[in-house]
Amino acid sequence: MQTEPSKQKYEQCLRDFVTQVRAIHIDQLERKWITISLLVVGLFVGIITIDAFFHGVNPPSKVETIDSASLHLNKEFAEDNLGVQVDATGAIIIRMVAGRYSFFPKHIDVPAETPLTFRWVSMDVLHGVHIPMTNMSTMIVPGYVAEITTTFPKPGEYPLLCNEFCGLGHNHMWSNISVIAKEDWKAPVKPSVKGGSNNE
Amino acid sequence: MNDAATRKLILSNFWVAFIAFIVACFMGEYQVLERSGFIPALDSPSVYFASVSTHGVLMAFVLTTFFIMGFGYTIATTTLKQPIWNKPLAWGGFWVTLVGVVLAAIPLLTGKASVLYTFYPPMVAPAVFYIGATLLVVGSWVWCAIMLVMFVQWKKANPGQPVPLAMFATAMNALLWLWTSAGVALEVLFQLIPFSLGWIDTIDPGLSRTLFAWTLHPIVYFWLIPAYIAFYVFVPKQAGGFLFSDEMARLAFIVLAVFALPIGFHHLYMDPEQAKGWKLLHGIGTFVVALPTLVTGFTVIASLEIAGRLRGGKGLFGWILSLPWTNTMVLSVILSLLMLIFGGFGGIVNASYAMNAMIHNTAWVPGHFHLIFAGTTVIMYFAIAYYLWPMLVKKPLFSSPMALIQLWTWFIGMSILTTPWHVLGLLGEPRRISSVVYNNLLTLAWKPYEFMMILGGLVLLGSACLFIYILAKTQLNPAAEAYEESIEFAEPIHADESLPEWLNDFKLWNKVIAVLMAISFGYPILQFFFMDTSGSSPWGF
Repeated sequence: MQTEPSKQKYEQCLRDFVTQVRAIHIDQLERKWITISLLVVGLFVGIITIDAFFHGVNPPSKVETIDSASLHLNKEFAEDNLGVQVDATGAIIIRMVAGRYSFFPKHIDVPAETPLTFRWVSMDVLHGVHIPMTNMSTMIVPGYVAEITTTFPKPGEYPLLCNEFCGLGHNHMWSNISVIAKEDWKAPVKPSVKGGSNNE
Repeated sequence: MNDAATRKLILSNFWVAFIAFIVACFMGEYQVLERSGFIPALDSPSVYFASVSTHGVLMAFVLTTFFIMGFGYTIATTTLKQPIWNKPLAWGGFWVTLVGVVLAAIPLLTGKASVLYTFYPPMVAPAVFYIGATLLVVGSWVWCAIMLVMFVQWKKANPGQPVPLAMFATAMNALLWLWTSAGVALEVLFQLIPFSLGWIDTIDPGLSRTLFAWTLHPIVYFWLIPAYIAFYVFVPKQAGGFLFSDEMARLAFIVLAVFALPIGFHHLYMDPEQAKGWKLLHGIGTFVVALPTLVTGFTVIASLEIAGRLRGGKGLFGWILSLPWTNTMVLSVILSLLMLIFGGFGGIVNASYAMNAMIHNTAWVPGHFHLIFAGTTVIMYFAIAYYLWPMLVKKPLFSSPMALIQLWTWFIGMSILTTPWHVLGLLGEPRRISSVVYNNLLTLAWKPYEFMMILGGLVLLGSACLFIYILAKTQLNPAAEAYEESIEFAEPIHADESLPEWLNDFKLWNKVIAVLMAISFGYPILQFFFMDTSGSSPWGF
């Protein structure tokens, strides 16, 4: 019994609002322009939403926590587990640690035209990493695992650059990645790296 | 604005803003020089990052906040024809804000707070830096309170009357700023200050970044709204025409303020601590907030066309030539709109997260916000200053041709500076580096663009000095006769007789903002208290 009056009141409110909106003076030209604006914005939003829901185009957003202060005791990111690995399903997983002022391991080889899943963690402060000319880009926030899957179309030597201010040595924070033609690439038999390998 | 005491208050706010601006301009030019590596003697990361931190704080917090406070007092007293409510309180706000600036400046200038203006925990600066930043914000809240009280008092005294458009937008901006600054205030009060003083051992950078993202988008609308006010209420009159639509202007300001707030996650697209659904939601909101800007572009250009045709302009584009290009306000709006169009395209790229992945944290981003803030917005700050200065000091502008040269050189300098900056981003150069030491062939392609940026910076520095010179000369020149003109506001083609309450007040919109903020930030903030997170201990830089 009590809902009826409040529903009526709500409907009355809405009706008043619509009448008032209609009463606003909007020029014919202005109406056309607003329609065009709405269509343009709708198109952009539509493309992004369809890509997100049907094509899996999403930013790196795996809300996964980790204790950045004890990575050395953490099995997944222990030193001899870093770098490129092929898991049981054949997927390529690359585990990387960012710390002042480098990315570890300092050099990795990956195949072109193959989906690669990067898992990045920080051992100290905030970092960010991108590989120029590719869409491999993510922030590396201490306390969280940044996971991103991407494919590199072209073989070549690429730098990995730190793109977030992480201290006065920030300029020097970078390392290398070699993208190798798919047919020439061999999966590492053992976890790829022990200690630093070739640096430059 | 006619009594000397009010003018003194307004001028004091403006002068703090513009002194911060000129100091920061010198730092900007030093930074492009240092970063290019052409002068090896300049190379010093510690000086560079101290400079970047100071440049950011001066331009984004000091120039804007003081300018907006001075402009708000001007608008409130002239449109409402009332004296400032509680002038001692207004001076109190001014001094609190200024003390905050000085407190923050000491560690910044001595290189002890090089954590950049976005703070970056778990890196930590001395507590005095965060306390200074807090006072700066608290001082500006005093201004917000005065604007809202004057708005409410006027409405009570004039029931049913439409609040003058300029004051409506100014009060909306005060409300926007209260909501906006709450995010960073929470971060500073509950995380950074206790962390810096050692009261808490660890900090969750994920939560800090989420709270800062709350502030990071609407803050640019806080800076932009005075420019939009000038677009709507000064430009049509100065061009010799009428405002195309008063109601649409109000709607644009409302949508701008309401949708600027719940969309901050486009700054976190590449962050791991927020899930993709929230990023999509904020991404859609980001596109919605493009709508009021599209409407503003239309209304301003339509108002200019009316003026051009009234002045005898004919043909499809002939009216553009018959606009008064030698009027500083009209020239500024034309240059401002040009920069807004290009900056707007860049903004669409940033908002679309698949494209954002290519440019995130690259040189593209500072290129974008210099174009849209230092270009579009600050050129309107210049125009407003040139327009108000003669009335504030009661003397005619020192030199109108010089002012026109200053505006043109600012536009040209900004184009030369920001175009290569965008290109550098597409070529993969990270932002926030003090020199290029990567041993990689790619970096060779960056050099010519860095050289162009030095030239752009030089032109801008010259233009900025000229701006300060004109203002100082206007004020210090002995005046032959008193300057007696007063502010003229543009009249709309259709005057509002009466407005529905929701176009004349923001009680409703305040509630809408509260609901939208609860939806878009409620869970994303609360999740940090339910997740099994491990905080970070403090780090120096």
